[in-house]
Amino acid sequence: MAEYEKILFKNIDQPGQDRIETYLKNGGYKAFEKAVTNMTPEEVTEEVIKSGLRGRGGAGFPAGRKWSFLPKDSDKPVYLTVNADESEPGTFKDRELMEKDPHLVIEGTLITSYAIKCRTAFIYIRAEFTYAAKQLIRAIEEARAKGYIGKNILGRGIDIDIIVHRGGGAYICGEETALLTSLEGGRGHPRVKPPFPAISGLYGAPTIINNVETLANVPHIVNRGGEWYASIGTEKSTGTKIFCLSGHVNKPGNYELPMGIPLRELIYDYGGGILEDRNLKAVIPGGSSVPVLTADKIDVHLDYESLAEAGSMLGSAGVIVLDETVCMVKAALNMMRFYKHESCGQCTPCHQGTYWLLRILDRIEHGRGTMEDLDELIHICDNIDGNTICPLGDAATPGVRSTLQHFREEYEYHIEHKKCMVSMAPRFV
Amino acid sequence: MEKTSQIILSEKSVKELRRLENLYPEKKSIVLMVLHVVYDQFGYLKPAAIDEAAGVVGIPPIDFHQAASFYTFFPREKVGKYHIQVCRTLSCYLRGAEELVDYLIEKLNIKMGEVTEDGIFSLTEVECLGSCGTSPMMQINDTYYENLNRAKVDSILDELRKKAKSG
Repeated sequence: MAEYEKILFKNIDQPGQDRIETYLKNGGYKAFEKAVTNMTPEEVTEEVIKSGLRGRGGAGFPAGRKWSFLPKDSDKPVYLTVNADESEPGTFKDRELMEKDPHLVIEGTLITSYAIKCRTAFIYIRAEFTYAAKQLIRAIEEARAKGYIGKNILGRGIDIDIIVHRGGGAYICGEETALLTSLEGGRGHPRVKPPFPAISGLYGAPTIINNVETLANVPHIVNRGGEWYASIGTEKSTGTKIFCLSGHVNKPGNYELPMGIPLRELIYDYGGGILEDRNLKAVIPGGSSVPVLTADKIDVHLDYESLAEAGSMLGSAGVIVLDETVCMVKAALNMMRFYKHESCGQCTPCHQGTYWLLRILDRIEHGRGTMEDLDELIHICDNIDGNTICPLGDAATPGVRSTLQHFREEYEYHIEHKKCMVSMAPRFV
Repeated sequence: MEKTSQIILSEKSVKELRRLENLYPEKKSIVLMVLHVVYDQFGYLKPAAIDEAAGVVGIPPIDFHQAASFYTFFPREKVGKYHIQVCRTLSCYLRGAEELVDYLIEKLNIKMGEVTEDGIFSLTEVECLGSCGTSPMMQINDTYYENLNRAKVDSILDELRKKAKSG
């Protein structure tokens, strides 16, 4: 099994890493000190652009370039909002970072705040992550006591405060504009873009929204340079990525590996292979919002470009593994129930479309479907895709489309025989 | 003597509301955080407590009720002392979430969405809790219980039942 250098997870299992004393002992806050002492904000941004770091929340937009979109002459304050609303099914990396190494997240937040000249940063964390929120709040107080947060930080005349803001249990608030509406005290309804948040975001002021994992990379980039970071991974997908492995593998969990490693290596070398040595049926490589890959695509490389070429997406790198006993109609139904539940209700194609997709999938699963239903599913998907304010609509359809494309025989079997073609082995014993 | 309107928010809750009041650049931002305060004290969004909290921070109650009907984290009616939420989304389903739900229904002798007669447990299903690598799992109040099997569920429920009965 190949060994790769861990960057984000380097110290994650060190006892006491969540305390500032241990974090400092392991070289913590050196990057922040270096940034504010030796670098201008523009130089920090330049280094992050050089690193090629792309947003780890799912969209993969270059982080440094996002920062450079901020207006240079605005008289409004600039806000940073850390997206810690981790809710994409199959994704659980930010939670581990915040629970075990909260100072790394805080240091990334501080350096980014410095780079974009933000004085108030918010960490929007999903409501259910109570422990992670407590860890962040304690880390902030520890950092405040050491003079890394507050007024006139390190005597450099910089003021930065960080507020931990707890969500209310809504997947949609991970979408950046819905997050802002929610943070302003409203129901989590996404907004039309443009204007992009960098121009008009929180309270109408220029705002940057970055994912937790994205920001956790920033201290390392400042410490070791953008060029070093860009040398890891592939040419266009640089650095490491935390792959969240779940489903039918022997060793599920978070694995930090360079971008571009083969899916086979992740599942068989790191994940210990399929449970009970069963055959692999399908993999969803980027959280439940991306198309399913069939088992023969196992040699695909895990980076933005290779996965797109293979017909899917890297997304949030939530890699969900399905063995041969999974009924793909049931899997599609399970995913649709999620999107229907999480649709904010603002756009008709999404809130009506997910409702009808769920109803039709449910009747097929329960033996009441017809062959016409299969065309109807695609027809509804066509009416959702591209017709909504935010990407939730577009995220709801790949599960149906790709299972129908690759496993149509299972849908037909359901309609003809009124039952699943395969049945899943019991797992809860 | 006529009773004046009763104050139901605890001192701790009021103190937290006061802290929140001026924390954000714009006051309305605290809506969700205020709901958390009410939830932390009562275990659900008690309407009278929301109205009282609204009065303390000076934000119209409607803003809170609008949020309360959108965000599903907060129960809007009284639930069990221990509120069990089982994740049913794909990764958990693949590792036996449906069987876990059946087992809990059988053990607690209630239907989905109900509260046990003694008021100790309530049971619901929820969507992805971000614990996919340690599935199947459930959240009870603020705590995640992961990598569940029957024996683990037995001991968790026994322990909580004991705790509930001893006060």
